[in-house]
Amino acid sequence: MSELQATSGLLLAGTLFMLGLIGVLIRRNIIFMLVSVEIMLNAAGLAFIVAGSKWAQPDGQVMFIFILTMAAAEVSVGLALILQIHHQLKTLDSDAANTMKG
Amino acid sequence: MQVTFYIAAGVAILSTIMVITRFNIIHALLYLVVSFMALAVVFYIMGAPFAAALEVIVYAGAIVVLIIFVIMMLNLKSEAVAQEKKWLTPEVYVGPAILCIILLAELIYTIGVGNTVGITGQIVDVKEVGQSLYGEYILGVELSGMLLMSGIVGAYHLGRQKKKVVHRFLEKPEE
Amino acid sequence: MQIWLIPALPLLGSFILITLGSRLPKKLIPAVGAGSVGLSALITIITGYGFIGDSTKVIDCLVWQWIDVGGLSPAISFHLDALSLVFIFVITFVGFLIHVYSAEFMADDDGYARFFAYLNLFVCSMLTLVLADNLVLMYFGWEGVGLCSYLLIGFWYAEEKNGYAARKAFIVTRVGDTAFAIGLFMLFQNFHTLNIQDIAHQAEQQWMVGSQTAFIISLLLLGGAVGKSAQLPLQTWLPDAMAGPSPVSALIHAATMVTAGVYLIARTHVIFEFSPDALLIVGIIGTATLVLAGFAALTQFDLKRVLAYSTISQIGYMFLALGIGAWSSAIFHFMIHAFFKALLFLAAGAVIMALHHEHDMFKMGGLRKKLPLIYWTFLIGAASLAALPLFTGGFYSKDQILWLSLAGEHGNLWFFLFALLGAFVTSIYTFRMLFITFFGNEKTHVHHVPGSGMNIPLLILAGLSTVGGFIELPHSFGHFTAFSDFLKPVLPSVMVLEDFEGIEWIVQLIAAGVALSGVYVAYFFYILKPELADELKSSAADLHSFWFSGWGFDSLYDKLIVKPYVLLSNINKKDVVDKLYEAMVWLAEFFNRLLSYTQSGILRWYIMGIVLGGILLLTISLFKG
Repeated sequence: MSELQATSGLLLAGTLFMLGLIGVLIRRNIIFMLVSVEIMLNAAGLAFIVAGSKWAQPDGQVMFIFILTMAAAEVSVGLALILQIHHQLKTLDSDAANTMKG
Repeated sequence: MQVTFYIAAGVAILSTIMVITRFNIIHALLYLVVSFMALAVVFYIMGAPFAAALEVIVYAGAIVVLIIFVIMMLNLKSEAVAQEKKWLTPEVYVGPAILCIILLAELIYTIGVGNTVGITGQIVDVKEVGQSLYGEYILGVELSGMLLMSGIVGAYHLGRQKKKVVHRFLEKPEE
Repeated sequence: MQIWLIPALPLLGSFILITLGSRLPKKLIPAVGAGSVGLSALITIITGYGFIGDSTKVIDCLVWQWIDVGGLSPAISFHLDALSLVFIFVITFVGFLIHVYSAEFMADDDGYARFFAYLNLFVCSMLTLVLADNLVLMYFGWEGVGLCSYLLIGFWYAEEKNGYAARKAFIVTRVGDTAFAIGLFMLFQNFHTLNIQDIAHQAEQQWMVGSQTAFIISLLLLGGAVGKSAQLPLQTWLPDAMAGPSPVSALIHAATMVTAGVYLIARTHVIFEFSPDALLIVGIIGTATLVLAGFAALTQFDLKRVLAYSTISQIGYMFLALGIGAWSSAIFHFMIHAFFKALLFLAAGAVIMALHHEHDMFKMGGLRKKLPLIYWTFLIGAASLAALPLFTGGFYSKDQILWLSLAGEHGNLWFFLFALLGAFVTSIYTFRMLFITFFGNEKTHVHHVPGSGMNIPLLILAGLSTVGGFIELPHSFGHFTAFSDFLKPVLPSVMVLEDFEGIEWIVQLIAAGVALSGVYVAYFFYILKPELADELKSSAADLHSFWFSGWGFDSLYDKLIVKPYVLLSNINKKDVVDKLYEAMVWLAEFFNRLLSYTQSGILRWYIMGIVLGGILLLTISLFKG
């Protein structure tokens, strides 16, 4: 049985990140966009875990924990914003919030 | 170990694709939970049991539940699904998808050309992580604390349902 | 003695007058104005006393290290030696007399305090100019006197033509100043210092006689001198500068500022000595100017314009003296000229004031009886200007220049002949002016007889114009050379060629004869047969108007410079250079409009931008690596 390669882990992280990015790009619903951003953050966390595992060091996990923390904060603020947008604009369409357009 | 990894990876990718293509947001969130679970398995294989546990508790647990709460607060109806169907047409997603696939191809190429190192899957347990976290990364922990605090304050402030303020002189006198 | 006080006191006076100005009681204004200059004069005399018997003495005084960057370290520091002592003596002493005179002359003017403030500022700048130990500070004073000259020519600014005259003076001298500035740059490039003494030392070590650099730098410095001293070809501003009040003409445009060019060349004579060609050009400019200005003066009818042209002509003599290396003769003539020309201007001012601002000589006449004191002082001044022999200062100073232009080591016959012609013309126009103004029938009623405030300075100056000449007597006559001995430590004396030794008295006789015959010609045409002068004038009307316009330089410059400039600026009304900046504005606006389209407010577009940027960066790094 051959060893698991670090490259495979990183490729998985990259693929998940890209899927998250596609999600952000193609969805107009702002909740979907937020969820997609979560996927991207998680993918970044995966990359750290893979790297940490490769060197058998705890730093990767520490970084994952930081990302986790940030994701939690981000999601709480993001959801509060979504609530406000829905309250003000009566829609979840991200394109509707374009009053600042040039 | 390799087989387990590839199965988990496949599950994660598939469920993530399902997440971004669902019309009903609750369905999407359920797939998201599956994706997180699959990643937790990957973490475990990689020798990070603590991270795997956190992945399940925080991501699959807390964050997804938070989102579900908000969806419930918004009280979305079946029109929302129809709306999503109308929004997600091929002409909308083909362009961005092609761009992202180009980017992914480049990323894969970049990762692929690097020399490959085997992962032994040696376990880095909670104790080590904790010592590192409260040792050399103590400053980062403090900063995370501040970030969470500001996140709480921000969320509270933004989430309040403010009364629409009309100028007091324009308010109709109460009769 | 603290020599920095000498320029500082007038500056203080000027400062007081500018800030308090009209709030001061009227009696205090001239007290501050004249008092500060008087104190400076007193300090100068006390300081100068120490130089008598030991003129090698040098006083240096560092006031403030002003700039120190990249090897250039000009300071506000003063250097007093025999040469600058002569200048500051003339500036403070004559300046003081003119201030005293102005106290009465300007008494009825609204801008009384303003006048004294400008005048004090001028004295301060002029003193800075001559006391400066480096060329940067000298340039500072140089520009300062230019500014004051501008302010004082346009003193009565309510009249438009005075403003034009002021601007003309300012702009024309600016041409010379630019050359001067370029000269300074070149000097700094060559010697890495602008200290005058250091330059003199280094020039002696580095340069050869006839060096190309020395020639160019000399010409540039000469350009500055020519502009300030109203020599050919930049002389056109001085006659118009007579728009200012008469004391201003006396102080700035006769006695001091216009001789700054003479001072500059004398001060940097070491540089000029390395370039005989440049010295020759100085001499030629001086000679040409003195002749041209003399003929122009013959035809003027405005009393002050005659004096202005005569000033140009006399400075021409000084330049001639510089050109033949007779440095101390030039300074001697400067000093005597300052006395008698200030006297003439002040007397002319008194006449003009007595006749209610009448400048036209032909409307004067017969003033000999009405204004006897003015007449006598004017006569002394005129005699000195015409260099009548023996008893006038002008005779001794001018005679020395004439003699050395023939017999000096750099002299030649042409210089001498033209200088002699100039002397002849000088005495004609001087006595023409005198006869027309003071003899004949009275044509305008005298309104105002000047009081003692104006008379005393006139008398003192008249005394100096006479006695002043006796401090330097020619070899053939007394052989008393106190003045040139005094200047010898600073300015080398000129060698007399052996061929000419012993014939000095012949030259003097010729000079005296020429001057006297000039007086007779004037007497003949304006007293004996006045109708003949008019006949001559109408028979050569073209020549007369040509000379009257100062040899047509103004119209020449108008055609050569002003017209093409106006034409070009008319063509280029919408400044071509501006187009570049307009294009920048247009480009900025264009991109602003373009980029504002990208601010669509659609979040996904922004992310798309990020993705594209990511692709771009990755692609670049892939293809490079």
